[in-house]
Amino acid sequence: MLISWVLVSLLLFSLGIYGVLTRRSAVGLLISVELMLNAAALNLVVFNRFLFASRMDGQILTIFVIALAAAEVLIGMAILVMLFRRKKSVDVTQLSQLKH
Amino acid sequence: MHMILNSPWIIPALPLLSFIIVGLFIRPLSPKIAAVVATLSVGCSFLLSLTLAWLFFTGPNPSQLSIPWSFEWLRFQPGLNIQMGFLLDPISAMMLVVVTSVSFLVHLYSMGYMHDDPGYGRFFTYLNLFTFSMLGLVISPNIFQMYVFWELVGVSSFLLIGFYYEKPSAVAASKKAFIVTRFADLGFLVGILLLGFLGYQVQQKLGSSDSLIAGLQSLDFQFLTHPTVLSELSNTGFLAIALVLIYIGAAGKSAMFPLHIWLPDAMEGPTPVSALIHAATMVVAGVYLVARMFPAFSTAPSALEVVSWIGLFTSAFAAIIACTQDDIKRVLAFSTLSQLGYMMFSLGVANLEHPLGYTASMFHLFTHAFFKALLFLGAGAVIHAVHTNDVWDMGGLRKKMPITHATFLIAVLAIAGVWPLAGFFSKDEILTAALEGGHYVHFIGGLAVAGLTAFYMARIYFLTFWGKGRTKATDHAHEAPFVMLLPLLILSVLSISAGWIPFAQYIHPLVQSAQEHSGHHGLNWTVVLSGSSMAAIGLLMSWFLYAQNDFNRVNNWISNFQGLYQVIKKKFYFDEIYLFITHKIIFRLIAGPIAWFDRHAVDGSVNLTGDAVQKSSSIITLIQTGQLQTYGVWFVLGTAVTLIFFWMTLL
Repeated sequence: MLISWVLVSLLLFSLGIYGVLTRRSAVGLLISVELMLNAAALNLVVFNRFLFASRMDGQILTIFVIALAAAEVLIGMAILVMLFRRKKSVDVTQLSQLKH
Repeated sequence: MHMILNSPWIIPALPLLSFIIVGLFIRPLSPKIAAVVATLSVGCSFLLSLTLAWLFFTGPNPSQLSIPWSFEWLRFQPGLNIQMGFLLDPISAMMLVVVTSVSFLVHLYSMGYMHDDPGYGRFFTYLNLFTFSMLGLVISPNIFQMYVFWELVGVSSFLLIGFYYEKPSAVAASKKAFIVTRFADLGFLVGILLLGFLGYQVQQKLGSSDSLIAGLQSLDFQFLTHPTVLSELSNTGFLAIALVLIYIGAAGKSAMFPLHIWLPDAMEGPTPVSALIHAATMVVAGVYLVARMFPAFSTAPSALEVVSWIGLFTSAFAAIIACTQDDIKRVLAFSTLSQLGYMMFSLGVANLEHPLGYTASMFHLFTHAFFKALLFLGAGAVIHAVHTNDVWDMGGLRKKMPITHATFLIAVLAIAGVWPLAGFFSKDEILTAALEGGHYVHFIGGLAVAGLTAFYMARIYFLTFWGKGRTKATDHAHEAPFVMLLPLLILSVLSISAGWIPFAQYIHPLVQSAQEHSGHHGLNWTVVLSGSSMAAIGLLMSWFLYAQNDFNRVNNWISNFQGLYQVIKKKFYFDEIYLFITHKIIFRLIAGPIAWFDRHAVDGSVNLTGDAVQKSSSIITLIQTGQLQTYGVWFVLGTAVTLIFFWMTLL
C-alpha cells in the first residue's frame, strides 16, 4: 500500500517539475510549485501513517508545510503583481535580467 | 659641571627635542617663536659642548677614549650587538664644538637672512634636524650608528637644498645631491658589512684570550682601531678593500672627485644652509670618518694612498675651476671642495708613526669651518643686499657694507693663509706634514693649490667690494641687520684666533700602545716661506688682474686662452659627461631595454593570463541566459545527476 501512495506523490512532484520548467505564465509556475510542495507534504503523512503510526510528527510537520506554502504563495503573488505593474506581462520567458 | 660628563646625551637631545616641538606645535602657530626656540636650543647645546670639551681637554687624561653613555640598540649575538652611545675623544670633542658653534651662529644669522621667507618656521625646523643628526654622527661609538646618522644628515641636506621647492633648479639640485651621496653610501654600506663580517670572525678568535676585545662589539670603533685586531684583519687580505669601500662613502659626503658634482649645485639652497652644511659641518663628515678609522687606514697603506691621491687631485681640480666661476657661492663651493681635498690628502700623508698629517687635517677642518662659514655668511649678506649671485653684477660694496667688507677680508686672508690668521697655521701644518713625510708631489701640489686659493678668493673679494658698482642693484645696497652682523663678527674673531690653539697637544690619533707624540712642532721655515710667498703671489696676481678700474688685462688673458678658459669654466664638462653617461648610455642602452622588457615581456605575460581567463570565462557566461526556466533545467539536471551518483555509490 505504501508504494502506491509514494507513486502518487512522485507523480505529483514530477508534474510540478514539469510545470515549473515549461509554463510560460508566472501564475502557472506558482501553481506548479504548490504541486511539488503538496507532493512532499503527502509523503510526510504517508510515511508517518505506515512506518510510525503511533506518532504524530509527520502530520504536524505537514500542517507547517501547508502554512509555509500559503506564506510562500503570498510572497510569490506579491512579486508577481509588482512584476506585472512594471512589465504589463506575467510571461517568465520575457524576463532575462538574471544573468552576469 | 660633572652632570654633563655623566649624561652627555643632552647635547644632541636638545636639538632633537626642539625639532619635534618646533616642527609640530610652535611652527604652525608662530614662526617667530619657532626661530627663537630653535636658536636657543642649539645655543644651549653649544654651551654644553663647550663645557664638555673644556672638561675633557683640561681633565686628567685628555687623550683617553671613553664612552660615557650608551645603551644597547640591536641585539644579535655576543660580539655582534649594536649600541647607541656617546663616544668622547679628542676629535669628537672638537667636532661637537665646531658643529654646535657654527650651527648656533647660522641659526642666529638666519633669523635675519630668512626674515621675509614664507618658510621661515620650516627652515628652522630643518636646521634643528640637521644639527641633531650631525651631533649624532660625530659622537658615534660604532660605525653602524654613524651610518644611521650619516643618512639622516643626508636627508636634512636634501630637505634644505630643496628648501625653495618651487624652483625647479633647487629641486633638481636636491635630487642630485641625494642620489650622488646615496650612491656613494652604497659603497659605505658594503664596506661596513665586509668589515663587520671580518671583525666578527676576529672577535670570535681573539675574544677568548683578550678580555678587552671580548667586551667590544665587532662594529665598535674601539674594536676596529685596536692594533691586535687590525693586524688580524690585515692578515685576511680584505682590510684594504673594506676601507676603500668605506672611503667611497666618505668621498661621496665630502664630495671628492669624481663624486664632487653635487656640491656646486647644492648652492641652490639658502646661503646659511650652504655655510652650515655644505662648508663647515656635513661635508667634513667624510674627513671625520677617515680620521675616526685612521689607525685602520694606517694599517692598510694602499687604502691611504687612494685617500691621499684623490684628495690632492680634487684639491687642485676644484681650485682651478674656482678661478673661473662667476657665481660667488659657486666659487665658495669649489673652494670648499678644494679645502676638503686638502684635509683628505693631509690624512693620506700621515701614518701612526708620523701622525702630524692627521693632526694637521683636523686642525684645518677646525679652522676651515670658521673661515668658510664666515665667507658664506658674508656672501649671504652681500646677496641679501644686492639680490644677485653674480660677482660681475656687484662691485664697490666696500663703502656701503663696511662691516661685511672687513669680516669678508679677514676670511679671505685666513683662507689664503696669511700670517697670523687661522688658515696660515693649519695649511702650514699640512704642508709640513707632506714635506716631512717625504711626499714631495703632495707638497708641491699643496703649494700650488695654496697659491690658487689665494688668487680666486681675492678675485671674488676684489670683484665684490672694490671698484665701482656695475649694476643698479649695488646702488641700493645697505649693511645687513645686526642679527646677521653679530655671527660675522664672532666668526671673524674665531678666524683670526683659531690658529693659535696648540692643536698638536690635544689632537693626535689614539693608539693603545705607549703614547709618544712629537708634541709641539716648531715652524718649518721652508714651508712658511714657500707657503706665504705662494699666498702673496696669488693675492698680487688677483690684485693685478681684478682690482683695476677696467678689466682689459683679464679680458686679454681670457681671449688668449679662450679654449682652455671655456673648458675650465664649464667645470671640465663633468656635468655633461655625467649626463651623457646617465642619459645616453645608462638610460638608453641599459634602462631602456629593461623598461621595454618589463613593459612588454613581464607585463605582457601578466596581461596574457588575465586576458586568457577573461576570454574563457566569457565563453562560460553563455550558459547564463537569464531565463528562469533554463536555470530550473540546470538545477533539476544537477539534482538528478547528484542523486544518481549517490545511488551508485550506495550500491
